[in-house]
Amino acid sequence: MDDPALNAAIAANRFGLGARPGELARAGADARGWLSAQLAGDAPQLRGTNLRASADILSQALELRRERRDARAEAVAPNAAVVMKVAQLYRPIYIDETTARIGEALTTERPFIEHLTYFWTNHFAVSVDKVAVFGLAGSFEREAIRPHVLGNFTELLLASTQHPAMLLYLDNQTSIGPNSQLALGAARRGGERRFGINENLAREILELQTLGVSGGYTQADVTSFAKVITGWSIGANFGRFAGGTPGQFVFREQMHEPGAQSVLGKRYAEGGMEQGVAVLRDLVQHSATAQFVATKLARHFIADEPPRTAVDALARAFHDSRGDLPTVYRALIGLKESWAQALAKFKTPGEYIISSLRGLDVPVQYADKARASFALLGQRIYSPGSPAGWPDRSADWDGASAIMKRIEWADALGQKLGAHRDAAQLAPQWLGGAMSAPTHTSIARAASASQALTLLLTAPEFMRR
Amino acid sequence: MTAIKRRDFIRTAGLAAGSLLMTSKIAFAGSGTRPRFVFIILRGALDGLTAVPPYGDPYYARLRGEVAIAAPGAAGGALRLDGLFGLHPSLAFLSESYGAHELIVFHAMASPYRERSHFDGQDVLENGCAHAHALQSGWINRALAALPPDRSARRGESGIALGQNVPLVMRGPAPVASWSPSHLAALDEDTLQRITDLYSTDPLLSQRLADALATQSVADAAQGDSAMAAASEDNAQIAQTQLLARPEQAKPKSAAPYKEVIHAAAGFLRSDDGPRVAVFDALGWDTHANEGGAQGQLAGRLGNLDAGLRLLKEELGPVWRDTVVMIATEFGRTAAVNGTRGTDHGTAAAAFLVGGAVRGGRVIADWPGLSERALYQGRDLAPTLNLHSALKGVLADHLAVSACALDASVFPDSAVAKALPDLVRA
Repeated sequence: MDDPALNAAIAANRFGLGARPGELARAGADARGWLSAQLAGDAPQLRGTNLRASADILSQALELRRERRDARAEAVAPNAAVVMKVAQLYRPIYIDETTARIGEALTTERPFIEHLTYFWTNHFAVSVDKVAVFGLAGSFEREAIRPHVLGNFTELLLASTQHPAMLLYLDNQTSIGPNSQLALGAARRGGERRFGINENLAREILELQTLGVSGGYTQADVTSFAKVITGWSIGANFGRFAGGTPGQFVFREQMHEPGAQSVLGKRYAEGGMEQGVAVLRDLVQHSATAQFVATKLARHFIADEPPRTAVDALARAFHDSRGDLPTVYRALIGLKESWAQALAKFKTPGEYIISSLRGLDVPVQYADKARASFALLGQRIYSPGSPAGWPDRSADWDGASAIMKRIEWADALGQKLGAHRDAAQLAPQWLGGAMSAPTHTSIARAASASQALTLLLTAPEFMRR
Repeated sequence: MTAIKRRDFIRTAGLAAGSLLMTSKIAFAGSGTRPRFVFIILRGALDGLTAVPPYGDPYYARLRGEVAIAAPGAAGGALRLDGLFGLHPSLAFLSESYGAHELIVFHAMASPYRERSHFDGQDVLENGCAHAHALQSGWINRALAALPPDRSARRGESGIALGQNVPLVMRGPAPVASWSPSHLAALDEDTLQRITDLYSTDPLLSQRLADALATQSVADAAQGDSAMAAASEDNAQIAQTQLLARPEQAKPKSAAPYKEVIHAAAGFLRSDDGPRVAVFDALGWDTHANEGGAQGQLAGRLGNLDAGLRLLKEELGPVWRDTVVMIATEFGRTAAVNGTRGTDHGTAAAAFLVGGAVRGGRVIADWPGLSERALYQGRDLAPTLNLHSALKGVLADHLAVSACALDASVFPDSAVAKALPDLVRA
């Protein structure tokens, strides 16, 4: 019942990023061992000499805003002009970041870790359709996600919440306590502007990153948690909020709502930034968080509607280890449910593209050109469009028009590479024990090499993982 | 290898879906008796108090401060609806439609959802139930399943989702189509046939492939290849080079983000034999910071939507008089401006019903007021009108869905929400 050929295919295709030629042989007789071995050592970092730190990128963007500010006597709409300049600054950065990311996916020998990185980037989602994060989504992943993928969930949550990309995406950088020094000072001076909180980040942390929407929090919890993290902001060297290192996370005491706050029935004494850190740490220990994270992991790596037993086992591993992620991953690998059914998941467009290019052993130089494919098939990199991240069920991706696009894309790729690849020889190296007889026959009987490749790329087994 | 037209392929291949294509002559104009319904989902929670400012409410200007929309007549002021409400100054087409008695504005309206999660809110907006995740199908799909034969598409699916995938509101037992513009070359007949064969034992993929081919052929037949190509004219160059191109260069820059989807929707709906119901999304309403007032972020989005609706009317031509467009969002936003010149998640919102078949020129609202005591939980516009009442009224009067089906299957457990009568011209 434990079929090694099938397990190798599950390990490489469902847990990894899709088998490269030779990978199924390496996963071989011990698929679980092949996955566990990838957990050893530090998480890999992206290569690329032109990848810049977010603080560096952001301080350059802030500089553009300052120039505009200094020159605002001009009678042009200042906001639109700055947004355009920032977008111009960010576009090549986005290109470099996504090229490096695709390149890593094409070549990595630890595809399970890369896949987990994608999972967490999607869990702590920022989206580049908001211009403010267009140039920061890549560095967010490199700085807040990658270093902690093999660490603890608490580190991941703290790093994400304190990253400028997340603060900007969910509008926390100018959220101000109504009784903060800054708000009271402005009121004394009789300023027109009312200062107050912005709930966005606090709500989405509770709803989408920790407890989950039915995790038992109330509107009052959202509001007090938002007050707790007032002052979690970004450094700048000009303007009303000057202070800190430009482009880096900074805690601004003068924006912070003073006093104790109650979140989920627990009182948090005033403690500046530590008040927020304490709430985040407690959220990770909450049983609803374990359940929520476990459900998402199981939905992603086991099935759209994962078995209760699998979710509970993962939740226990998360809770008992206090969020130690390698412990949770080992539990996932060890579950019999993880191996019970091959091809249980319908690939997202991104998974489909990456597994195609890995299977075809496309050289890393192709990474830059491959970027367009993600937008074409409906999953532009770093643009889930909402803080919930990309959805993760078959029905979200298996629309008729979506499938037709995959087929057309596969056919274009088949025609391009057909002369250089042998589909009949590749098929067992991609699908292994999951290959069906009709697929085998169809490829064997194809009218041309490029048609054979199209048939392999569009095979039902290859649409799924 | 020569690529051939898909409809020719289907004709020769004789797929089940090919029944769509047996007639090559398809009438363009609407017959005047076949209703069309468009549902536009504003994802992200539209701020109803900016889109439809209650300028006559004494608390409005105080709550909104510098971003309050001024009374009609003032610079940047609202477009007058009545003594209490106006439309945002960017909504010129909707204002004209109101004058032409083709627009109903609903205010202080909400679905049964009372929490503040976008994603659960959208789930309820689409599933037609009182709770999120109560059903895995949507109210439009269940309404399509209950359509009387003379209101259904003459051939093929009665509903179409404009997008690569089908949103929850359109998922369910009734087969529906999805369509998005393709920038890639079509496959040759032989390869397509082999893929069809390869999918024959895979129920999901074979169904989807048949649907895609059928929809494409409706698009081709109804609009003519040249018209459909025009929908993608901004992208014409992409077709050949997309696989290798940088999307940053290829991405069409258009002042009207809905142009392509509206053009396609109108093409499908104009067809006398095609789908009766179309759905698409409009994104970008989650205005937590720097929302703007008469001008700014939200004003720009409202202007784009308004321009899109104007285009839809133009492109539908005579079919507009048989058309009802419902525009709704998952919930509203806080009554007061927050600390970052935006608004946070709220409760009741505004919604729009526009179209040639709408008995318009009215605001339907039981206005709860914006005094602190009147606000829901002290922060949001209070809901006094059930979204389901409006939707039931439209489905009953426009698509002739029976009251029994509306209460039992389309909006289960909605007996409290009586259908609003007379939303649609008799």
